[in-house]
Amino acid sequence: MNLSFLIILPLITAIGILFCNGLKQVRMLSFAGAALQLVLSFFLLIFYWKERSSGNSSPMLFESNYSWYATLHINFHIGVDGISIAMILLTAFVVLAGILISWSMETMNKEFFFLLLFLSVGAYGFFISLDLFTLFFFLEVAVIPKFLLIGIWGSGRKEYSAMKLALMLMAGSAFVFIGLLGLYFNTHTSTGEHTFDLMQIAHMQVPPEAQKLFFPFAFVGFGIFTALFPFHTWVPDGHSSAPTAASMFLAGISMKLGGYGCLRVATYLMPDAAHTYSWIIILLATIAIIYGAFATMMQKDLKYINAYSSVSHCGFVLLGIGMLTKTSITGAVMQMVSHGLMTALFFAAIGMLYSRTHTRMVDKLGGLLKVMPFISSVFVIAGLCSLGLPGFSGFVAEMTIFMGSWQNADSMYRLATILACASIVVTAVYILRAVGQTVMGPLSDSHYSSLGDAGWNEKLAAVLLITGILAIGIAPFWLNNLVTPGADIIMQQVGKIIPVK
Amino acid sequence: MMSDFFLLMKQELAVTILIFILLFTKVGSKEWSGDAIFGLVNVLLIINLLAGFFFQSEGILFNEMFHTNKLIAGEKNMLNFGVLIISLQSYYWIKSHEHAVEFYILLLSTLLGMFLMISSGHLLMFYLGLELSTIPLTALSNFDLDKRRSSEAAMKFIISSAFSSGLLLFGISLIYGTTSTLLFSELPKYLTGDPLQILALVLLMAGFAFKISVAPFHLWTADVYEGAPVAVTAYLSVVSKAAVIFVFVSALYTVFKPLAAVWYNILFLLSILSMVTGNLFAIRQQNLKRFLAFSSIAQVGFILIGITGSSQAGSTSVIYFVLVYLFSNLGAFGVISTVSFLTGKENISDYRAFYKNNPFLTWVMALSLFSLAGIPPTAGFFGKFFLLMAGAGKGNYLLITIAAMNMIVSLYYYLKVVRTMFMDENDKPVEKLAVGFYPKLAMWICVLGIVAVGLASWVYEYFYSLTNAF
Repeated sequence: MNLSFLIILPLITAIGILFCNGLKQVRMLSFAGAALQLVLSFFLLIFYWKERSSGNSSPMLFESNYSWYATLHINFHIGVDGISIAMILLTAFVVLAGILISWSMETMNKEFFFLLLFLSVGAYGFFISLDLFTLFFFLEVAVIPKFLLIGIWGSGRKEYSAMKLALMLMAGSAFVFIGLLGLYFNTHTSTGEHTFDLMQIAHMQVPPEAQKLFFPFAFVGFGIFTALFPFHTWVPDGHSSAPTAASMFLAGISMKLGGYGCLRVATYLMPDAAHTYSWIIILLATIAIIYGAFATMMQKDLKYINAYSSVSHCGFVLLGIGMLTKTSITGAVMQMVSHGLMTALFFAAIGMLYSRTHTRMVDKLGGLLKVMPFISSVFVIAGLCSLGLPGFSGFVAEMTIFMGSWQNADSMYRLATILACASIVVTAVYILRAVGQTVMGPLSDSHYSSLGDAGWNEKLAAVLLITGILAIGIAPFWLNNLVTPGADIIMQQVGKIIPVK
Repeated sequence: MMSDFFLLMKQELAVTILIFILLFTKVGSKEWSGDAIFGLVNVLLIINLLAGFFFQSEGILFNEMFHTNKLIAGEKNMLNFGVLIISLQSYYWIKSHEHAVEFYILLLSTLLGMFLMISSGHLLMFYLGLELSTIPLTALSNFDLDKRRSSEAAMKFIISSAFSSGLLLFGISLIYGTTSTLLFSELPKYLTGDPLQILALVLLMAGFAFKISVAPFHLWTADVYEGAPVAVTAYLSVVSKAAVIFVFVSALYTVFKPLAAVWYNILFLLSILSMVTGNLFAIRQQNLKRFLAFSSIAQVGFILIGITGSSQAGSTSVIYFVLVYLFSNLGAFGVISTVSFLTGKENISDYRAFYKNNPFLTWVMALSLFSLAGIPPTAGFFGKFFLLMAGAGKGNYLLITIAAMNMIVSLYYYLKVVRTMFMDENDKPVEKLAVGFYPKLAMWICVLGIVAVGLASWVYEYFYSLTNAF
């Protein structure tokens, strides 16, 4: 299977949208493109399984390598392993759901769907890139659509939030850029040239001093994307101002770019430095988890609640990466997928509520289960997944991370694990409180009784995401089997340098 | 010998012929209408541009005073192309101007000067070319004849040019004094790092810095850009700057190669100063032309980083970036030129809610600004990336870090303009503008360039194959 289709298909869809007339054509085309992409992703998954079961154990599958800038040794090198496929599936789910949720977007619909799909091009390209230049290219492709999506279609302090998000993410990519250049000039292939090729760099020893110098740049750079404390401040503002679909994309896809980058680029290519700095990562991740959880308790706006809880949940991803055990890294990837689906569902539910009640304040909502049973149920499911109820994906992912973290026998690391576990209690408090106040109890406003329940498009979007959540929650082994070989390769890299305790 | 002369100097001769044709048109008895002149000139410019691509050859003339090769021919083609785009996008202004022919004559004279400057193999020849390109530019800056700002701009420009020429001449005379030659091919042998030679290099670099408006020699830029007609501003910021940068790179990489350690440090300092000053001042600008003036100061700072790379990748990235910058800046100027002529509005705040009635112009502007900011998939991303990559080859990560931080600042002010156009509210947004065929064509070419030059790697590879190893 040629992976380029994963980029070409949304790109063609996006360009096609420019030639459409009217909302109906635009959304039909976007829907068709996104649905086809989901089918394509499933085909990819099936092909991947076929290859693996037929005994192909090379680290990357379906590789293709085209020379791009030959004199600078920049190639368009793409390929996937289980981790990438998990992320691609996640992206496909969220994109389709996001398009369904924006079904009745009237204002400047052409531009809106164009930007959504363009953003997804960036995400797909990022997840399949095996060349650091291409990877960086796609990382930045995804920044400006976010700025426009929030700034034009957002609400509240949208211009401020859009600018803050764009600048902070750009700062992140600036850091990544320095890290990548540093890596590039410290690589020497057999012919004595420098290279951006991820797999080639992985096979050679980057000098430890260079790793120690450039790992922080790369890790912090990607970390900013995934809300690394103290660079998480764009998350609440950005998410709360964004239109529903953009929030879903932002939390469901964009933040995962950072986590994937931390894993694939920073940790995989600079394992020495990952060891050296792991205590800092753990420290920051633990702070993010706990701080995020407590900050969420104080929020009154539903979108802020979800945004801050995202900071906390993405802290688990970084914790898993920082612990550097096979199980914890597998858990981190599972958490990325799980959080992506869950938070997209949460934002979808909030968006559906907001479009009807025109408020997102918890204390103004109440008793919605009576008038909107479907939306409220979705809301409850998202909440329960967020607090890690068994049966949903959140439990599986977080449990794996805790198991993996405990395997790291350093006592301070175990302390961090315990603290992170403890934050779940706080999560339960804010989730149950928000859910309880919003959907249970008497109807807070008599006007609400006349509101309708979800339309077919919203139902379909929610069902899609819930299917994903349940598929991971009830049968986690398939995701586990998908991700573990990828985590294995990363662990070989880490273990090659220094044996894990 | 004679055929050599025609072949090697064909681009210069073509421009000279163009100047004469225009001169005869002017002195002839027939009054030409604005449209007719515009059509004639642009057809001639297109022929001139296309002619540059054929029969490219290498060689020297006049005892090494003049030399040319494929790279130089390519650079001249780039300048030709810039002039054509500027001419197309200034359609309205030229058509209504009573001295359109003179405008073109002066414009082509400066172009001729630049060609001679790029091709020069001797410091005196270089100086002559530079002056030939500068003095008509002063007259051009004054071409909004009824505007006082325009004459003010011309005054400022001539004084600062004279000053920088003085610096250059002083530097040249010191070099002659210490080496007793002015030939580019012989100079490297005699450059020993003598303090007087270093002083000469500093003076020369200051002169260059004036011409390409590098901080702290940038003080004339904003006022001149604001006062001059938009077409001239575009010319100043793109074509004239590009020409001097080409010479600058080749001079540093070949003639002053023995003093590389000295100029590396000077460039290091100048590039940081330029990026920081350009960016900080650009944030506060209200007038779009002033805004682009400061942004161009910052851009040149990035170009200097590419030059510090002192490698083949360094010179290639600089030339490549100039091409990218040409497309991006001219895209922005195309919009400004059209809007400024049709509505008289040049301030950023006038562009509030511009998207409402003029989506095409807004997208052109936004794409150009994204490209200037270096955001993929526009060509600006590739240009900036390669510049910084060339700079990083020297291992100076401090410079790269400062540059990366500056990119964030620059993104802020470019996005501010984008925000103004897309998101700000306005009771009376600019009406729907009917953009004529020629400006629209120029904008489409720019957009195409912005999108294609980066993704199509052969452009870079082509320049790489032409440049020499350091």
